[in-house]
Amino acid sequence: MEFISDFLNNIEITALWYLIPSLLMFCAGVYGFMTRKNMIAILISLELMLNAVDINFVVFNRFLFPGQLEGMFFTLFAIAIAAAETALAIAIIINIYRSVKNVDVTTLNEMKF
Amino acid sequence: MDSVGSLIMFAILALSMVVFSVLAVTTRKILRAATFLLFTLFATAGVYFKLDYEFLGAVQIAVYAGGIVVLFVFSILLTSHPGDNSERLHSRRRTLGLVAAIAMLAVVGCSFIDRCELLVKAPAMTNPDMAVIGTELVDPAAGHYLLPFEAISVLLLACIIGGVVVARKR
Repeated sequence: MEFISDFLNNIEITALWYLIPSLLMFCAGVYGFMTRKNMIAILISLELMLNAVDINFVVFNRFLFPGQLEGMFFTLFAIAIAAAETALAIAIIINIYRSVKNVDVTTLNEMKF
Repeated sequence: MDSVGSLIMFAILALSMVVFSVLAVTTRKILRAATFLLFTLFATAGVYFKLDYEFLGAVQIAVYAGGIVVLFVFSILLTSHPGDNSERLHSRRRTLGLVAAIAMLAVVGCSFIDRCELLVKAPAMTNPDMAVIGTELVDPAAGHYLLPFEAISVLLLACIIGGVVVARKR
């Protein structure tokens, strides 16, 4: 019991603890981006990657420059841009679905319908 | 040192971030992928709250979890049958993806280990309150954020018009 309480008293959450989950999230996004075929699933992987990068901005801002707000504002603008990009991408996907009844990237090999 | 509650909270957030993001890219039902993405975004908002950026956490929940995921669910319901499984991956394709992801993990992980001075404790910080954030955001002086703010609003307008033009019926 004493060992556990000693361990818990000495442990500290450092920047690396936050960076490693976000790295794993980014790698999951890379994997999904390369293996998925459905365009919406690819977009979901892209969102995961963007989200991991946002976490990194915030963590570096918090741990290295705690009085300033640069990383926070960068994340704020990145979230807004991600929202715009997703809305436009989904409009394009729905338009493609209307033309060819399909959103599988392996079968979309013609530009003109 | 951190309190035990904070450690437990961190463990829950980190685990759910990792597990749900891996599930979001490996599940074969597309609607479930969107749901796991939603959980990942909520865990991220929790991380922002835990790091004392409360405004950012609120924006993350409102815009990402509230807006983008709803768009995803709408488009999934419009373009596919939600119960269907996607077809099984070819092993070549899966190997390619795994190699890319693990190579990335190795390279970035090595650079993390190399830069161990990042192992610092979080310095004390008070929450940036809304007055500070607001004046930073609309201050026209150099080094502040009025120009990006205006650029973002024009970008969103262009995106609305673009979305309507692309998706409307001919």
